[in-house]
Amino acid sequence: MKVLILPLLVFLSTFLLRADRSEDNFKIISFPEFEELTQQNSEKIRVFNFWATWCAPCVKEMPYFQNVQAEDQSLELIFISMDDGRKPDRVTTFMEKRNVTAPVYLLNDVDYNKWIDKVDPSWSGAIPATLFIKPDGSRTFHEGEVSEEELKSMIQQLK
Amino acid sequence: MKKISLFLLSLVVLAAHSMVSAQDSQGFGIGDKAKDFNLKTTEGTMVSLNNLEGAKGAIVIFSCNTCPYVVAYEDRMIDLHNKYAPQGYPVIAINSNDPKVSPGDSFEKMQERAKEKGFTFPYAYDQTQEVIKAYGGTRTPHVYLLQKEGSDFKVKYIGAIDNNYQDASAVTERYVEDAIGAVMKGQPVANQTTKAIGCTIKWTKAE
Repeated sequence: MKVLILPLLVFLSTFLLRADRSEDNFKIISFPEFEELTQQNSEKIRVFNFWATWCAPCVKEMPYFQNVQAEDQSLELIFISMDDGRKPDRVTTFMEKRNVTAPVYLLNDVDYNKWIDKVDPSWSGAIPATLFIKPDGSRTFHEGEVSEEELKSMIQQLK
Repeated sequence: MKKISLFLLSLVVLAAHSMVSAQDSQGFGIGDKAKDFNLKTTEGTMVSLNNLEGAKGAIVIFSCNTCPYVVAYEDRMIDLHNKYAPQGYPVIAINSNDPKVSPGDSFEKMQERAKEKGFTFPYAYDQTQEVIKAYGGTRTPHVYLLQKEGSDFKVKYIGAIDNNYQDASAVTERYVEDAIGAVMKGQPVANQTTKAIGCTIKWTKAE
């Protein structure tokens, strides 16, 4: 009996720990909360990548962002999910499956026209899109998918 | 030497990239004369602005099969057509996505989707992407409301259908309906452009 229980416990605990870990990195936020995030002081270049689990070009470029941040200590990566706020499990499951380690915030406000221009006036609303904020608070915005090389060049230009 | 050429290459890549973005932001603005098109529909017929019988305008919607926002709006697109086509403003949905990039957006899949959902409006295929480039559409769904003035079709509204893709019953601003209402009364459109999160256009990649 003991023989059976132990693997079961191990299995359950890894499962629970995992779930905990992705929940620690995940939060549903409002647009004012997003704005607060962007206004926080930081010594790093903060990279806000707008994505969704159903968006193929977004999912494709996410590992590039994680790779570039892993190699560059001057970056702080934050994923902003445009997924359905009524179904947060889709995001947390995705995070576990794809090993997303950077924090993920689900921006839960579908009244898009009220806030897209506040993120950047040049943004049409298509995703993926990425907002870069330098330590001095200056902002650069890019709409559309990037390759890992393009992303590195963009960051190089900000330095 | 290798470093320098790599640097030059990355400059070229960046320049090409910003050119593409600049191209995206071009297209028609409010008050512009919209270009006519002649596109194949899922019914096997052709659709163009000038051949719309008795039309006072048109609700041109850049759409596709695969985008969850489009899927969320399909019923509302049908409702818009059923309500406004009899008043002279039919919906024309256009898919411009390259099926090589997005296999679910092929012409055959368009035919399947139109049948499945029972689209009452023409669903046309912009295979060359010339129409969406001329209009300046950047995402799906992306609406262009056109009003016929003489033989021209003038752009009166560009943007989203309404302000809640998730729940039609929770909508508080009906952008397209409000714009048509104003246009029909000969009044200025209050919200001429709106933005919404949407799926990117799956552009054909250079060979």
